Amino acid sequence: MSLFLIVALPFLGALLPGLMIQAGRRICGMATLAVTLTALVGLLSHLPAVARGEVVQARLPWLPDLGLNANFFLDGLGMMFACLILGIGALIIIYARYYLERSDNMGEFFTYLLLFQGAMVGIVLCDNILMLLIFWELTSLASFLLIGYWKHLPEGRQGARMALAVTGMGGLAMIGGMLLLGQIVGSYDLTAILENREAIQASPMYLPALILILLGCFTKSAQFPFHFWLPHAMAAPTPVSAYLHSATMVKAGIFLMARMWPVLSGTEAWFAIVTTAGLITMVLGALIAIFKNDLKALLAFSTVSHLGLITMLLGTGTPYGAMAAVFHIINHATFKAALFMSAGIIDHEAHTRHIPALGGLRKLMPITFVFATIASLSMAGIPFFNGFLSKEMMLEEAAHTTLFDTPWLAPVLATIGALLSAAYSFRYISHVFLGPVRDDYPHKPHDPGFGMWGPPAFLTVLVVVIGVAPFLAEPAVRLVTSAVLGNAGELPGGHLAIWHGVTPALKMSGIAVLGGLLILLAWHPLSRAWEATPRPEAKTIFDGVIRGSAGAAGWLTQRLHDGSLTRYALIFMVAVVALGAHAWFTGTATAPNRELIPLEPLPAAGWLLLVTAAVFLVFIHRNRLLALVMMGVIGLMVSIAFNYLSAPDLALTQISVEVVTIILMLLALNFLPNTTPVESGWPRRIRDGIVALAGGIAAAGLTYTILVQNPVMEPISGYHLENAYKGGGGHNVVNVILVDIRGFDTFGEIIVLGIAALIIYALTEALLRGPVRARLIKRRPDQPRSGDAHPLMMVVVTRVMLPVMLMVGLYIFLRGHNEPGGGFIAGLVVAIAVVVQYMASGFAWADERIRYPYHGIIGSGVFVAGLTGIGAWFAGAPFLTSAFGYFRIPPMEEFELATAMAFDLGVFLAVVGAVMLSLHSFSRIARLADMPVNEHAMDIDPSREMPQSHPSEGRTEGGT
Amino acid sequence: MIGYAIAFGFVCVALAQIMSMIRLIIGPGVGDRVLALDTMSVNAVALIVLLGIAGGTQIYFEAALIIAMLGFVSTVAYCRFVLRGDIIE
Repeated sequence: MSLFLIVALPFLGALLPGLMIQAGRRICGMATLAVTLTALVGLLSHLPAVARGEVVQARLPWLPDLGLNANFFLDGLGMMFACLILGIGALIIIYARYYLERSDNMGEFFTYLLLFQGAMVGIVLCDNILMLLIFWELTSLASFLLIGYWKHLPEGRQGARMALAVTGMGGLAMIGGMLLLGQIVGSYDLTAILENREAIQASPMYLPALILILLGCFTKSAQFPFHFWLPHAMAAPTPVSAYLHSATMVKAGIFLMARMWPVLSGTEAWFAIVTTAGLITMVLGALIAIFKNDLKALLAFSTVSHLGLITMLLGTGTPYGAMAAVFHIINHATFKAALFMSAGIIDHEAHTRHIPALGGLRKLMPITFVFATIASLSMAGIPFFNGFLSKEMMLEEAAHTTLFDTPWLAPVLATIGALLSAAYSFRYISHVFLGPVRDDYPHKPHDPGFGMWGPPAFLTVLVVVIGVAPFLAEPAVRLVTSAVLGNAGELPGGHLAIWHGVTPALKMSGIAVLGGLLILLAWHPLSRAWEATPRPEAKTIFDGVIRGSAGAAGWLTQRLHDGSLTRYALIFMVAVVALGAHAWFTGTATAPNRELIPLEPLPAAGWLLLVTAAVFLVFIHRNRLLALVMMGVIGLMVSIAFNYLSAPDLALTQISVEVVTIILMLLALNFLPNTTPVESGWPRRIRDGIVALAGGIAAAGLTYTILVQNPVMEPISGYHLENAYKGGGGHNVVNVILVDIRGFDTFGEIIVLGIAALIIYALTEALLRGPVRARLIKRRPDQPRSGDAHPLMMVVVTRVMLPVMLMVGLYIFLRGHNEPGGGFIAGLVVAIAVVVQYMASGFAWADERIRYPYHGIIGSGVFVAGLTGIGAWFAGAPFLTSAFGYFRIPPMEEFELATAMAFDLGVFLAVVGAVMLSLHSFSRIARLADMPVNEHAMDIDPSREMPQSHPSEGRTEGGT
Repeated sequence: MIGYAIAFGFVCVALAQIMSMIRLIIGPGVGDRVLALDTMSVNAVALIVLLGIAGGTQIYFEAALIIAMLGFVSTVAYCRFVLRGDIIE
C-alpha cells in the first residue's frame, strides 16, 4: 500500500465513525477498527522491504519552490513507531468500544481518535519537516479535543487547555528551530538534513536551532520543566490516556529526538541539555508518582519518569544508549498501555480510582490482577519481564556516563530513579490488589468482559515473551537502532540477554528493587512527611502565568484596539509618519530630474474647486449630510480629473462607484443623528489635528517627490501595453489586465466581494432576528416627512430611464474589451438602474418584481468566472488562460470573441449581485412597524381614482 | 475659429462650476446645496464633452454619458433623504 494511503487512511476514516454511529455502537466500533487494521496491514506489507534495510519512499512535489513537498519515507524507526501507533491504536479501539458509556458520543470519540492517529502516523512517516510541523500541531489539536472529550467536567476542559497551551507553545518554538535547520541545510527534506551532520553542527545557528527543537520535544514529551501538563491531561477518558499519554503522542518528542539523533546529538550542548533534563525528569516524576493517590495520576507521573529515562538515554549520544532507548520505547509502550487499561478497568468496575479506597481486588478481579501485576513488575524492572532488560541497559549506560565531570552523578541518579520506579510499581500491586477484601467499594468490582481485558492481556503476553526470550525482539531492536544511528554511529555488538554476569548494572538493579521494597514498607510515614513538606504546585504557577499574560495581552489590546476608529487612524498615522520620517532622514532621495508641465488655467480651476471642497469639508464635517454632499463634489472633480489625464476607465468607475457609495451612506445615515456629537476636548482635538496635518503633509510630500522624479525602475506598464493585444486580444489595456493578465486576482476579488455582500446580508438577518429588532421596528423618524413617499413624476421618469440604463450597461459591457468599459462598470450601472426603481417605486413593489435572488446572482457570477477559468484546462492550458478569435455572422461585420468576455460576464454578475444584496440588506433594516406595504408603485395615481373603469383597483393607498 | 469657441466654452463652464461651488458653500439650505451639486454635475458633462472636442477624441464620451445618466440618481437620493429620511421605502 502506498505510504500516502497509509497516512491518509485514518484521516479519511475519521469520517466513518460519525456516520456509522447511526447504525449502532457495535458497527461504529467495528468500522473504526477496520480503518486502523487496514492501515496496519498496509504498513506491514512494507515490513519485508524495511527488514532488508531498504527505505520505502513516496514523493509528491507540492510547492517545491518553498521546499514544501508531500514526501514520505519509511525506515526502521518509522516502522516501529507506526506499528506502535496503529497496533496499540487497534487495541485501544476495541477497549474503548467497551469502556465508553452509553451516554458518551462514541462517533465523536472515534473521529477524534482517528484524526489523532492520522496526524501521528504523518509525523513518523513524513520526510519533510514542514509537513512534520503540520502533523505535529495536528496531534496537539486532536489531543486537545480528546482530553476535553468529557466537556461537562471542568478538569477535562482545564487539562485540555493546559495541554494545548504547553504543547502548542513548544510547537511554535519548534517551527523556528525547523526553519533554522532547513536554512542551514538548504532543504526541508528530512533525508537531506540527516546527511548533513557536519554542516549543521558547525553552523552558528546550531545552538538556537537545537534549543528551539528541544523545546518542542520536551513540551510534547513532558520533560522537566514542562512535565506538569501530562498529569492534568489524565482527566481524559482512560483509552485516551493509555493511547496518547503513554504510548504514542508523548513519544512524539522522543521520536523526533531519535530522528534527529544523527545530526543533533554528540555535541556538548546536546549531552548537557538532554541528559540533564532526562535525569531530572526521571527522578522527579518517580518521586511524585509514589505519593499520588489517584491511580491514573500515579501512572501519569510514572510515564513522565520513564519518558525522562528514554530522553536521558538519547542524550548520552552513544550508540548503546540509542539502542537502550529504542528497546525501552517498545517495552514502555507495552507495559504502560496495559497498566493504563487496567486502571481504566478498575475505575470502570469499582467506580473509583482513589488508591486508599481500593485494595484486596486480587480475589474480586483475578484476571485484571494477573496482567496488572505482570505489567507492574515489568515496570519495576524484575527479571523475566521486558522492563528489566531495558532498565538494565539504561543502568549500564548510566554507569559509563560522566555528567558535569562527576563520574558518580549519573549512576547515582539513575539508581535512585530505578529505585523510586520500583517503589511505585510495588505500591500499585500491593495497595490496589493485595490486602484484605473490603466491603466499602463504591461499586462491587468484578472482572470485565473480554472486550476490555483482552487488549491489555495481549500486551502483557508481549511483556512476558520479550522478557523471557529477548532474542525474539533483537532483530527488530537492531533494525530500528541502525535506522536511528543512520551513518553517525556503529551498531553496538553484544546481544539482548537476561544474564550478563554480575555487572555494575545488576548491582544497581538489586539496590533499586530492595530499596523499592523498603519504601513500600515505610510508605505510610513517608507519605505523611511528603504531605507535610511544602512544594510548588505546577497548576497554580501555570494558571498565574496564563492569567498574567492574558491580562497583559488584554491591556495592550485595549490600548491599541479599543473599537474607536479614530484611535486606529491615530496609531496608523503616527506609525506610518514615523516610519516615513525615518526613511526620509536616513535615506537619500534623488534630485528632481523630471521635466515639469506648465500649469494651465483649466486644471488650476479644478484644483481650486477640489481644495475648496476638501477644506470646507473639514469645517462642516459634523453635519453628516453636508459632508456627504461635499464628498459628492470631490468625487465629481476627481472623475473629471481622470478624464483630463486620459484615464476614461477610471473616470467611469469613479462616477458609478460614487453613486453607489452615496446611496449606501444615505441608507446608513438614516439610523444616525444628523450631526456628529462633540465628544473630545480641545487638547485632544489639537493633538489629533497635529497628527492629521503631519499625515497630510507627509502624503503630499511623498507624492510630490515621486511626481518630480523619473521612475527608478522600468515601469511595468510597458509590458502590459505590449502584451494586451498580443496575449489578451484586447485594445483596452486596463480591461485586459483585469480579466486576463491579472485574471486570477480579479477572480479572488469577486469572491471577496460576494463574501462581503453575504456577510452584510447575514449581519442584517442576525440584527432583524435579535434583540435590536424591537428597537428598530419601534423607531420613529427623527424629522418631519413629506407626504408623498413615491411621487408620480419620479416613478414615471425612472421607468422610462430603466431600459436606457440597461442598454448603456450592456453597451459598456460589450465594448469593454477594446474600449473603456467592462464588466465591473457595467455591473455598477445595471445595479444603479435597479436601485433607482427601488427608490422611486418603493421597496415592496420593486422587491416583488425581482425574479432571481441576489445571492444566486453572486453565485452564478463566481461560477461563470470559475468555469471560464476551468475551460482553459480542456485546452491543456493553465487556469484562466484566455483565447480569442474573429468571427463573422452575415449580415454583421466581422467581430471578435474572447473567452475573457465570459469571465467578464462573471465579474458583471458578481458585482450586480453584491451591490444589490448589500443595498437591499441595508434598506431592509429601515422597515418600520407601521409602514404600509405598497403594492402600487405610486401613492397618488390618477388612473386608480376612477372606480368605474377599474373596479378591482378602486382602493387608494394613502400617503404615510 | 473652433479653438476660440472651445476656449470660450471652457471659460464659461469653469466659471459656472466655480459659481456653483460658491453657492454650495454659502448655502444656506440643504436644498441649495444639493441643487448646486446637481448643477456641478451638469457642468461636468459639458466640461468632459468640451475636453473631447478639444482633443478630437470620442473616448471621453461615455464618461459624460454616465454622469448625465446617473448624476441625477445621487441628487434624487439626497432629496429623498432630506424629504423622507429613508431613501428606499
